[in-house]
Amino acid sequence: MDLEIELRVDGTEHRLTVDTRTTLLDALREQLGNTSPKKGCDHGQCGACTLLLDGRRVLGCLALAVAHQGADIVTAAGLTDGELHPLQRSFIAHDAFQCGYCTPGQIVSAAGMLEEAANGWPSAVAKDPGATEVVLDDEEIAERMSGNLCRCAAYANIVPAIAEVAHR
Amino acid sequence: MSDVTARPRAIGIPMDRIDGVQKVTGTATYAYEWPLDQPVYLYPVQSTIASGRVTGVDSALAEAEPGVLAVLSHLNAPTLTRPEDPELAVLQSDEVAWRGQFIGAVVAESLETARRAAGLVRVGYESRPPDVVLRADRDDLYSPVHAAVFGTGGGELQDGSPADSVLGDVDTALAASPTMVDATYSTPMYHNNPMEPHTAVVTWLDGELIVRCSTQGASMSQALISGVLGLEPGRVRVISPHVGGAFGSKVYPHSYAVLAAMAARMVRRPVKFSLTRQQMFALVGYRPASIQRIRLAAGRDGRLTALSHEVIEQTAKAKGYAEQVGVCSRMMYAAPHRRTTHRLAPLDVPVPTIMRAPGEAQGMYALESAMDEMALACGLDPVEFRIRNEPEVHPESGLPFSSRRLTDCLREGARRAGWDHRDPVPRSRREGRWLVGTGVAASTYPSPRFPGNAATIRLAPDGHYTVRIAAADLGTGTWTALTQIAADALSVPVGQVEMRIGDTALPAASVAGFSAGINSWGTAIWEAADRLRARLQAEHGGIAPPEGLEVTAELPGGNPDAERYAMHSFGAQFAEVRVDEDTGEVRVTRLLGMFDVGRVINPKTARSQLIGGMTQGISMALYEHSVLDPRFGHVVNQDFAQYHIASAADVHSVEAHWLDEPDPYTNPMGAKGLGEVGITGTAAAIANAVHHATGVRIRELPITLDKLVS
Ligand code: FES
Ligand code: FES
Repeated sequence: MDLEIELRVDGTEHRLTVDTRTTLLDALREQLGNTSPKKGCDHGQCGACTLLLDGRRVLGCLALAVAHQGADIVTAAGLTDGELHPLQRSFIAHDAFQCGYCTPGQIVSAAGMLEEAANGWPSAVAKDPGATEVVLDDEEIAERMSGNLCRCAAYANIVPAIAEVAHR
Repeated sequence: MSDVTARPRAIGIPMDRIDGVQKVTGTATYAYEWPLDQPVYLYPVQSTIASGRVTGVDSALAEAEPGVLAVLSHLNAPTLTRPEDPELAVLQSDEVAWRGQFIGAVVAESLETARRAAGLVRVGYESRPPDVVLRADRDDLYSPVHAAVFGTGGGELQDGSPADSVLGDVDTALAASPTMVDATYSTPMYHNNPMEPHTAVVTWLDGELIVRCSTQGASMSQALISGVLGLEPGRVRVISPHVGGAFGSKVYPHSYAVLAAMAARMVRRPVKFSLTRQQMFALVGYRPASIQRIRLAAGRDGRLTALSHEVIEQTAKAKGYAEQVGVCSRMMYAAPHRRTTHRLAPLDVPVPTIMRAPGEAQGMYALESAMDEMALACGLDPVEFRIRNEPEVHPESGLPFSSRRLTDCLREGARRAGWDHRDPVPRSRREGRWLVGTGVAASTYPSPRFPGNAATIRLAPDGHYTVRIAAADLGTGTWTALTQIAADALSVPVGQVEMRIGDTALPAASVAGFSAGINSWGTAIWEAADRLRARLQAEHGGIAPPEGLEVTAELPGGNPDAERYAMHSFGAQFAEVRVDEDTGEVRVTRLLGMFDVGRVINPKTARSQLIGGMTQGISMALYEHSVLDPRFGHVVNQDFAQYHIASAADVHSVEAHWLDEPDPYTNPMGAKGLGEVGITGTAAAIANAVHHATGVRIRELPITLDKLVS
């Protein structure tokens, strides 16, 4: 079955017709031509498709497009705002990637993660889960970013790249 | 000997990646993302038996789905011209040689429809009991014959070397030795799992085929695909500017591209095909499992007298693949009596392929574990024991090494890792519930140069240079490193050089593999630059002529010095691990590598390659394991939730350092390969550290907690 929906993607409004089986990720990549979010597994296991959906990080491959009528979506291509986002600059400076296929997902995920930490969300490695302020040390960053796999294994650069932005 | 010191200016500078902005914004276009007019989608049908034949295909239900354009099977597929290659001969017969093999495909207007319809295809089988278990006592082990490059090259192993080698009298030396190690190590199947799945986007245009696919070598893909389809190579164009990781799996496996090309010919529309993560476990190769017996003998002086490395590895009945697992034992250490053997077990399994550091990845785990066992048996420090057994020349061929600074790597690595303060006694360090240990292992990988490269450089009247070569960037930093090489070869600033790669419309290039990329492509570019400079001087007085100037250098051969020198990269890795005394959980808290990789072109991207290899080594040592179902012959843990690769939280301190001294013979830049050396020896360093921490020697990868607590 096909349905018409509206999406705001990287600041632009779109009206599109989607199969009810179509994921948000496929709607973006196949219909809107926005291939910034990547498909690494299509099963919510790698993080390559991470999007900011109404400000929070979600996996585009696990979200059905029809369930997100009217949603506001930001991809790594839309984080730029004329110039690169500080995370993007930091990823380049730290060479926090090789092939780049996980990278848009890493960066979007990091942006969402910094927001979560700023709002005091605890993680599995929180020393004090009740604390209102999160100190983003390397262990916290690595834990919070572990939903984003990098087969090129740039983690030893990714964590410092995020830390530099987190500590500004 | 080449002029290795000339004109270094850009080489050695940690330049940011040229494609960095595209990568961080997600605007680099990978194969599947190419915009197409009215594409259709392919979804494959895979066999659900491991051995037998297809007796019937009922596609009526699938064809009845609205939006389905075609259902392919061996009954209606176009005939290919090279059916003797069973992996590329897609849908050419009813035979099933492994579970998950392509036996059909659905092409439809949407991905969702293609996928649903593929599930509606009914297949009948006549099935044989699958034979998929690798054991050392199988009676059908055979010695590989002409397996190089899947039988198209010489030699017996995949790298072209002989299956066996013997020097002296190993058995007598073993019997006479006061100290001996006799141990068997095993490694499981590992899957490459690049983050970007294998994809092909195929368009037929006026009898010509345009294939956008994710490949480690556009020229190689062109040759393989055109050969199977019976087309002149010039009628197939392969375009692959950005590759989302590969690790070996995007050199040979191309059945998906062949399937997409067949479908595109049938439906006369552009076809998009991406394998799913699950399908990748059956269709694009993997590192074959191995069982390795190593025997070492040493005299009272701690010098090896005998070294024997016997390898048994799995291969597919469909197509022989023989990895050079034991060749590292031919060149690492001196010993007068030595022997290596390779035997294959033919199984009803998917066709294996190269995976990062093919051969050395598994071989160095076994050899460097055995060296640790022997150092302990001799009562020697493992660093000192290795240094004591350094060969002066290649121990089998007798050739000198073009450069070999393993001893310096061991010493300098030991210094940086604080090795001197180590108490050698196992189980001697404890921090709370953690047992702490450190281990060392050596690393090595050959530094070959491939034949078949050409580069064209064009000088525009405005002084800008365009360099063209069909090289590949898999995340390796090729765009950037080749730009730096070209700039130095031309003696101009990098800003004046533009690189074009990843397209068969460019001059041919060898694959990005075997750590040969920069060596092979860089040499061709260097040669073209030299010729261009000479012509510019001689014919134009050094001034760019108004019509511009273009020079092409073709290097059909490899490195002539390879006949006089053995060329290898080296390294030493130091691991610190913590093992939970109760649960057996292992954490690698520090991994430090010191490498001899010749001159480093770009320290920033080089470091990424080295730490990437080392981190994959952690993953190989502790997490990765493709579990083959003995009843059905498929990998049961075929996704990222079950096939674990290292994640951010698994990685602590990973450091890579290098000596940065040019090699005089490898190439004009003085560089050696660094794409693979980083993963070699890592698993042994970790296994040795686990032994130091716990006193338990794990001889079967991966090192999981069940093996430690039992
Ligand atoms: S593609 Fe969505 S998590 Fe992997
Ligand atoms: S950069 Fe290649 S997967 Fe992360």
